[in-house]
Amino acid sequence: MDANSDSQEGTRTGVATNIVDAVTAVGVMILGGVVFFGSRKLGSGWTSDGPGAGYFPFYIGLILSISGLGIFLQSLFGKNKNTEIFVDREQIGRVLSVLLPAVVYVIGIQLIGIYVASFIYITLFMIILGKYSWVKSLTAAAAVMVLFFMMFEVWFKVPLFKGNFDLLSGLGY
Amino acid sequence: MEELNALFQGFAVILTPMNMLLMLVGIVLGVLIGVLPGLGGANGVAILLPLTFTMPPTSAIIMLSCIYWGALFGGAITSILFNIPGEPWSVATTFDGYPMAQQGRAGEALTAAFTSSFVGAFVAVVMITFMAPLVAKFALKFGPPEFFAVYLLTFCSFVGMGKGSPFKILASMTIGFALAAVGMDTVTGQLRLTFGFHELMRGFDFLIAVIGLFGIGEILLSMEEGLAFSGKSAKIDPKIVLETWKKLPSYWMTSLRSSLIGIWMGITPGGATPASFMSYGLAKKLSKNGSKFGTGQLEGVIAPETAAHAAGTSALLPMLALGIPGSPTAAVLLGGLLIWGLQPGPLLFVEQKDFVWGLIASMYLGNLVGLIVVLTTVPLFASILRIPFSIIAPVIIVICAIGAYTVHNAMLDIWFMLLFGAIGYLFKKLDYPLAPLVLALVLGDKAEDSFRQAMLVSQGEMSIMFSNGLVGTITTLALVLLLWPLISKLLAFIRPPKVDEFAADRPVD
Repeated sequence: MDANSDSQEGTRTGVATNIVDAVTAVGVMILGGVVFFGSRKLGSGWTSDGPGAGYFPFYIGLILSISGLGIFLQSLFGKNKNTEIFVDREQIGRVLSVLLPAVVYVIGIQLIGIYVASFIYITLFMIILGKYSWVKSLTAAAAVMVLFFMMFEVWFKVPLFKGNFDLLSGLGY
Repeated sequence: MEELNALFQGFAVILTPMNMLLMLVGIVLGVLIGVLPGLGGANGVAILLPLTFTMPPTSAIIMLSCIYWGALFGGAITSILFNIPGEPWSVATTFDGYPMAQQGRAGEALTAAFTSSFVGAFVAVVMITFMAPLVAKFALKFGPPEFFAVYLLTFCSFVGMGKGSPFKILASMTIGFALAAVGMDTVTGQLRLTFGFHELMRGFDFLIAVIGLFGIGEILLSMEEGLAFSGKSAKIDPKIVLETWKKLPSYWMTSLRSSLIGIWMGITPGGATPASFMSYGLAKKLSKNGSKFGTGQLEGVIAPETAAHAAGTSALLPMLALGIPGSPTAAVLLGGLLIWGLQPGPLLFVEQKDFVWGLIASMYLGNLVGLIVVLTTVPLFASILRIPFSIIAPVIIVICAIGAYTVHNAMLDIWFMLLFGAIGYLFKKLDYPLAPLVLALVLGDKAEDSFRQAMLVSQGEMSIMFSNGLVGTITTLALVLLLWPLISKLLAFIRPPKVDEFAADRPVD
């Protein structure tokens, strides 16, 4: 989907909201098209045992494309189009300062598991964005993660993802 | 009086030390969730749902529904003390609540807000106690066409009663349906819309969507504003509580009216947010102090809080009686029912008496416990908001990631959560409503099943949707609501509409 369009659009200072709206609407239309054609391939007609697997999604895709078109037209030619700036440079900077580390964090989970990755993530977030001292950040992150470890692994017995390289395997959980 | 007997049996079920403890834990967690930015009723319950997999269903639903009540209470704390609505439905509470706090009457405003929340919830629970069994009994006669008509009504009423572009409501809803269709087809067993990715066979779980859209999306939004909380401190001493309670009965008319508005908007999926605004608007119009609203009137706190809580509570009626949730949080609770192995729908009242009446009894007790908890612990929760955002934000993201992982023990879900978070941020900024997306994702397969069954019965004739009086009426009503944006434009030609003065403030829910 077009989740990335905001970051691409927003880095240029002063993109109007209705332009972002129109770009998103194109994304919605494309999604609708994908669903539409995907369902047609499945068989959107009437089969021997009732409506085919693609019957319902076919119309969903159709409505999705039509509403995407409607939003597109409204955003460009509507009476009340919103020409305010979608996000300014400072705002998008703040958003990306959370979103990008979050992406790195999820990659980290994939590799070294939830506990270690979260510990590093909270520590760095506090030091870099919160301007806390090393000691405070490490203590807070450790406290939070020990609490979570006890809660999930020990008390509720819900094992969490340990990653491809399990650094905590020595603990026996 | 069959209902009263059943209700007392329900009380007998829940009055065990373990259940009472879970209730208390739920309320406290709920208030915490309601106070923290980025965590709300829906995603809070979604994240904690996996912890209840091993509990007996009745204990689990007690804890989760109490989280919901707690979140409803918690929203009022932030809006009154910090002028930041913790939840969309408490936006209207800021209008008069924050001015009261600025005048040093925070204790009075909070007491009024909590007490009216309780009153709203109480009226709604009484209604559920007597109405839900009747609705369920009635719905036992429903066949596939009737059920599909009710689904249609649910979704069309989003279009008819929603705010903003009807196209965006439709788009958000159909995205939900499209995501629900991904994966194994329940009827033919074919793989649908997976485009060759085996991981997509399981489909998209709505819990992941809820955690991403509401949790991560909300964090990104809060971050954009560069949050620095500066709020009024509050202490509630018993004297203020008693004084406020003495004043409240004189506003009984407002409370009653707001409860009824809330109940109506809660059962139909209008939701708590429009209910609170409608109730505030009506109170302003009908009160003799109407012109002073917005400067710190007690009545201006009572009206939206009563309605929001009544709506939030009554949203559980269609969830219990028909298996069709009236709000995203109710949808998450419904998802819980399925996971615990209970089949939501009218048969629940016949087959799972203990569960249903235990839940209803816990609504009475949970709200009472909630009222006491929030009245006594407000300073504690208010101080949580003074913890800097740079500590809270990463911890909430970690909690969301853990929550997303535990749903299916799947790493891929954490990626989906992040994707949904980015989409949630974009959609929130562009005024796409998120509730229809979540509800469509939850109900997609069931709505489709009932549609296909109906079509099988009729051999593809759409006329089955009008084959008898009941199904015809529901379908017609649904179509009227679907076309309401057009109809209201036509009506505006004939008679110029009244201007809704709060339209700009009301968030798209």
